[in-house]
Amino acid sequence: MRQLQFNQAVLEATDQCMEKDPSVYIIGLGVPDPKGIFGTTLGLQQKYGMKRVMDMPASENAMTGIAIGSALTGLRPILTHQRVDFMLLSFDQLINNAAKWHYMFNGRMKVPLVVRAVIGQGWGQGPQHSQSLQPILAHIPGLKIVMPATPHDAKGLLIAAVKDDNPVIYLEHRWLHQINGEVATDMFQVPIGKARIAREGRDITIVTCSYMTLESLKAAEILAKDGIRAEVIDLRSLKPLDEDSVLDSVKKTGRLLAAESAWQTLSFSTEILALVSEKAFGALKCAPVRVTFPDVPAPTSPALANHFYPRFHHIVNTARKLFGLAPCTQNEPGLAADIPLDIPDKSFKGPF
Amino acid sequence: MSKQCRQFILNKQNKSSNQGFMTDINKSISMYAGMLRIRMVEEAIADRYSEQEMRCPVHLSIGQEGIAVGVCAALGQNDNVFSTHRAHAHYLAKGGDLNKMIAEIYGKSGGCSGGRGGSMHLVDLEVKFLGSTPIVGGTIPIGAGAAFSSWMRGENSVTAVFFGDGSTEEGVFYETLNFAALKNLPVIFVCENNMYSVYSPLSVRQPFNRDRVDIARAMGLYGVRGDGNDVNEVLQITQTAVLRARSGRGPTYLDLDTYRWREHCGPNYDNNLGYRTENEFLEWQKRCPVTRYASTLIRKNVLSEYDITKLKQEISREVEAAFEFAGKSPFPEKNDIQTNIYG
Repeated sequence: MRQLQFNQAVLEATDQCMEKDPSVYIIGLGVPDPKGIFGTTLGLQQKYGMKRVMDMPASENAMTGIAIGSALTGLRPILTHQRVDFMLLSFDQLINNAAKWHYMFNGRMKVPLVVRAVIGQGWGQGPQHSQSLQPILAHIPGLKIVMPATPHDAKGLLIAAVKDDNPVIYLEHRWLHQINGEVATDMFQVPIGKARIAREGRDITIVTCSYMTLESLKAAEILAKDGIRAEVIDLRSLKPLDEDSVLDSVKKTGRLLAAESAWQTLSFSTEILALVSEKAFGALKCAPVRVTFPDVPAPTSPALANHFYPRFHHIVNTARKLFGLAPCTQNEPGLAADIPLDIPDKSFKGPF
Repeated sequence: MSKQCRQFILNKQNKSSNQGFMTDINKSISMYAGMLRIRMVEEAIADRYSEQEMRCPVHLSIGQEGIAVGVCAALGQNDNVFSTHRAHAHYLAKGGDLNKMIAEIYGKSGGCSGGRGGSMHLVDLEVKFLGSTPIVGGTIPIGAGAAFSSWMRGENSVTAVFFGDGSTEEGVFYETLNFAALKNLPVIFVCENNMYSVYSPLSVRQPFNRDRVDIARAMGLYGVRGDGNDVNEVLQITQTAVLRARSGRGPTYLDLDTYRWREHCGPNYDNNLGYRTENEFLEWQKRCPVTRYASTLIRKNVLSEYDITKLKQEISREVEAAFEFAGKSPFPEKNDIQTNIYG
């Protein structure tokens, strides 16, 4: 199967949806610009014209309301935010209207809206350009939240989101945009509400999503050398949540570690811990743990970023503690803990 | 409107046709009947509210009927309306089902929103009343979005969004006007200026001597101000705006003066609280949109006192029947709480 980059997969999904269904349109700050939202909208305006591929005024709240109004009356908008931080301006429309319109009018109307937003990290993006926010969004009844971690899921989940008649928030982590993976060429869907077992294991369940899936898989490789076989569950959807996949896994392994790009307090990982405590408490061999950001805004200086972002070795250390093993040290091979934590890998040169 | 009511109006309109002003007179009669009906419905709600069976906030339209009826009289069946917490008049003026509105206020499953929304969240898709919600300014962009659909598909339907003077202080108002002007959207923004935001007068919210119509014009829209309590003036202003929108010449902002007779939320008069004077209220009461228009129509021999009495009887029957419908409608079931989260 051919390889595609994550951002190209997002683009292909959008293109295929727009080709198939004339009611689909895409709008957002900078959608038609030369960078094409990290490469995810390149060429769309040339192909579909200025009416269906639109730039927009810096009016996130009203534009979300306008997208909602158009969704109520037969169109299928994709609204983009180059940083999820900008979405905060639109919370009135998202939470008071998009999430509730179907319910409060007793199912009379639907809101087939997709909101794509980029989660930031690294290169000194800092406190207001590095937020993740999925826990706040997942709290709201009526919204669906998806977070693909692979190019295949990026394409399949976006197509599913566009076809879904509900408001779907599609969160893409910027450190995933350049990763490669196998992606089928046809217009396929990944079901919303179904997790993926990214790696099978028997000794500990790591529940994660988005970028932290990659870190969790790296951690699992290292833990395997310790004889700890970690099962990595990539949630893919936070709402609706695939509870069964999580519970089945913990019943098998007896240990839970939740890893997430989010502040610790009321992170989605907290919800996972609550779920397992309520419904699989008897299976637990030890207390569940979370690996998340500390409860501080994301710092800018690379020196501070080193103490903010959890990476694979934090997951390894947290897991090892559960088995009574010593934490990993700088001298361990394959650890590469000397990468600065403000870039995904050595190839990233900034500035954006 | 009830069949009997409609029949009464039709009979009256037919009899008037020999005066040679057919369309105007027909419209006049139905506008008067529309305002009177709203007034009587709202007063009936106020009368029964103390029974404590309408267990949700009600923001009554008493005194503001002229705007709702005048604007909706200029709209067609395929034109959309959005509104706010004070939506009873807009809902009814657009042709919304009275039984379902009353049942909704009673929280019954026969209500237009199945008891999910109450007075503050009304809907009637049949007549394109696409929703009213109580976040101030919240439906302004939604209305523009419906207009956006019309624009995208090259249709000629128009959308009217109703809101109060307070909404023009919300950021989303300016954001929406900007986009509507940018894309020439077929939307009409109707500001019902009743000068109070709950108890707060305009003077503590907006600079003195600044005209909201000037703001709309500065944002790139056509702006018109008018007497919201003169239903004919409202009709004519709106007709121009509708024509403009349908012919692709873009959005209009209407600033219409009116007055809210009773308290912001609830059935009572509250001028004794002192945030406004009884005198001010009495002055505005003299400009009642309903009685003013009755006088006009009587003077022009379009309606007689007897006609009005008959009309009131018909409406009264219809209103009674609506409360009866609401009373008989069952409450929603416990399981209903989980339905329609997702479509």
